[in-house]
Amino acid sequence: MSFAPGARVRVRAVDPDHHTRVPRYARGHVGEVVEREGEFPLADDRARGLPEPRVQAAYAVRFPAAELWGEGDHTVTLTMWESYLEEAE
Amino acid sequence: MSGDHAEPPIAARVRRLEERVIAAGLASDDELDGVLDRLYATASPVNGARMVARAWTDPAYRELLLADGNAAAAELGLAAPAYRLRVAANTAEVHNLVVCTLCSCYPISLLGPSPGWYKSFAYRSRAVREPRAVLAEFGLTLPPGTRIDVWDANAETRYLVLPRRPEGTGHLSEDELAALVTRRGLIGTAAV
Repeated sequence: MSFAPGARVRVRAVDPDHHTRVPRYARGHVGEVVEREGEFPLADDRARGLPEPRVQAAYAVRFPAAELWGEGDHTVTLTMWESYLEEAE
Repeated sequence: MSGDHAEPPIAARVRRLEERVIAAGLASDDELDGVLDRLYATASPVNGARMVARAWTDPAYRELLLADGNAAAAELGLAAPAYRLRVAANTAEVHNLVVCTLCSCYPISLLGPSPGWYKSFAYRSRAVREPRAVLAEFGLTLPPGTRIDVWDANAETRYLVLPRRPEGTGHLSEDELAALVTRRGLIGTAAV
């Protein structure tokens, strides 16, 4: 699955028992893809020492503060690997 | 928050980690020192400031800097960063702020060692939650209409802020302009 700039995406509400680069504050929240950053080995796999970490597209995803915190007029942009995301309606 | 990066608790944690690395036979003390010496010999906010000053004086360079930070670093002969560099430009409408909530990721080769406050739990937790209040505490009060875009460096990309060129600097040379740019300006906790 790939996402184009402008796509609305939801961060999967996962709580893995291993390292992940999904900050807890973003889990389950909806943002907008700003740009595709390229393809990088998935940090979750690397941290577990997997011999062949998955290489996935990573996206800059921008979240309105009100979506994350229920208030605020700023935005927060995070890098999300493809497997962290799902399409949002 | 202190501007000093020799905070004892962090230094002690780093040392414990180094000892574990050495005990595991992964590296020696000398090898670790060598890595740091090589890095610090060239890592400095002077590098980031040069990029900003060039962008202020050369529209084509500004375009390159915003499209491909790594290519823009290479254009000035700076050592290729070992990360993807993304530059975010401040405008009249938007002010950018960089943080790493998960640890303390930061473009060291272009900004030098990070300040202690950048690694503090207070900055890391508050920058994404109430950036306007954090900036005010740094002495930067933005007009209410200026939006703040926070960039949380949680993965492979490192961020640099391109501040706005101060008014009344039309007569300054590129070197003089570079001298106006601070590390805090490049992180976003100061205007320039």
